[in-house]
Amino acid sequence: MKYLCLVYYQESDINAMSQNDWDTLNGECMAFGESIVESGHRLGGDALEPTHTATTVRVRNGKVTTTDGPFAETKEQLAGFYALEAKDLNDAIQVASRIPPARFGSIEIRPVRQLVPEDNTR
Amino acid sequence: MNEIRDTVDAVYREESRRVLATLIRVLGDFDLAEEALHDAFRAAVEQWPRDGVPANPRAWLVSAGRFKAIDRIRKLARFDPLADDFDERLPDEASPNLDAMLDEDLEDDRLRLIFTCCHPALPSDAQVALTLREVCGLTTEEIARAFLAAPPTLAQRIVRAKNKIKVACIPYEVPERDALPERLDSVLRVIYLVFNEGYAASSGASLTRHDLSAEAIRLGRLLVELLPEPEATGLLALMLLQESRRAARASAEGEIILLEAQDRSLWDRTMIAEGEVLVTRALASRRFGPYTLQAAIAAVHTEAVEPEATDWAEIVGLYDVLLRVDPSPVIELNRAVAVAMCDGPAAGLELVDALLARGDLADYHLAHAARADLCRRLGKANEARGAYERALALTRLEPERRFLEGRLRELSG
Repeated sequence: MKYLCLVYYQESDINAMSQNDWDTLNGECMAFGESIVESGHRLGGDALEPTHTATTVRVRNGKVTTTDGPFAETKEQLAGFYALEAKDLNDAIQVASRIPPARFGSIEIRPVRQLVPEDNTR
Repeated sequence: MNEIRDTVDAVYREESRRVLATLIRVLGDFDLAEEALHDAFRAAVEQWPRDGVPANPRAWLVSAGRFKAIDRIRKLARFDPLADDFDERLPDEASPNLDAMLDEDLEDDRLRLIFTCCHPALPSDAQVALTLREVCGLTTEEIARAFLAAPPTLAQRIVRAKNKIKVACIPYEVPERDALPERLDSVLRVIYLVFNEGYAASSGASLTRHDLSAEAIRLGRLLVELLPEPEATGLLALMLLQESRRAARASAEGEIILLEAQDRSLWDRTMIAEGEVLVTRALASRRFGPYTLQAAIAAVHTEAVEPEATDWAEIVGLYDVLLRVDPSPVIELNRAVAVAMCDGPAAGLELVDALLARGDLADYHLAHAARADLCRRLGKANEARGAYERALALTRLEPERRFLEGRLRELSG
């Protein structure tokens, strides 16, 4: 079963950290990343630059609009993602709970959907 | 012939939930399993008069259900040439050993079913609906009526829950040891929610609501039987002790009778005796939690032959422990009420005022009702009046409304 784990946290929490603590957190994330390669769970994933570096694109009535920033202001911001192969949801939850930012942020686990030519589910 | 029919009915009452739980595991699908269950019992009605009642009815039914389901899937596959994943869906055809399939030595499938229906990934109201439907066997209409919801709304809730189980791949299993505490919490929460729906509504609402409490207790018993964890035992004790007072809680006209005014001869002493044994057992484990502690508090009440004999000091002590385990404002409020009984209304009022000042319970009608009562006992009529009016504005239950209005009238008179 394929899942996407979306990692959210308050960027203000990160900005309040010392450089040391932030580097430690990054180290933990790197170690976690390696561990899920070893366990066979990892399909992909990346950390992301903060939301102020984001750009949002929308096309309405053929017109392309580009705006600065994330798609919406949210209480917690998207910080990264992991694509996982897991046995079932409980397995995915177990893996997600070890993502270091889960300690102060939120991890959304979403099952992956296959696109098909007809009768797509909703 | 009628005897066989009676036997089938009896087997249905006793075993259908367990057969369903096993079929869900064997077939890997809730809806398939439900159809298979009905097919199996239809087959029983046809064949048992002819062949006799089987030595192991449950095994027979699981086998028959599975057979019919495979048949059904095969027939569907014939009309759907693109469905080449059907073969993967089929349970192992060459499954020769019925006992192995029934997993007699391993966990009861009902435990798998309970934990799956109460999975935290499902919305809370869906957990309740799904549990009542699949574990308790209530119909969608019965559940809708009990929760004052429209049947199509409830049906949709259940459909979406089953869909999420499939799409998100929620496995049909009992959680591992380390996941058990959180997962058990979810199950206990669902059971207690069902109980409270039946408990809080007083007479005037229908018999259906009373059945909900009975259903919750039945569920609680099943859980304790399958998984004798202290908190499961504690929850069952709590429900029994609270339910034991049902006959005394409301007058014939549906008016609320407070604990101190209840006719204790109407309390169900059998339930109380069972509840007290259970809470003692749960406390002895030293691994208990909030439900067990609340049950212990309820037991202190039920031990008292009359209100004046209530050991309020012990109740306050139990609330102290409960607060450490579950520091909620509502529990603080209940503790304040107990303190008032121990040390006088002024002591209680001080605590309630501090609570309300913090803002946590501003919209909780019982906080204002408690405050009103304490003011009333202290002779502060004006403050009492104001608090009763605040409580009235916030309450949603008719009998509570009438009770508060009654108190207000007493103040004026």
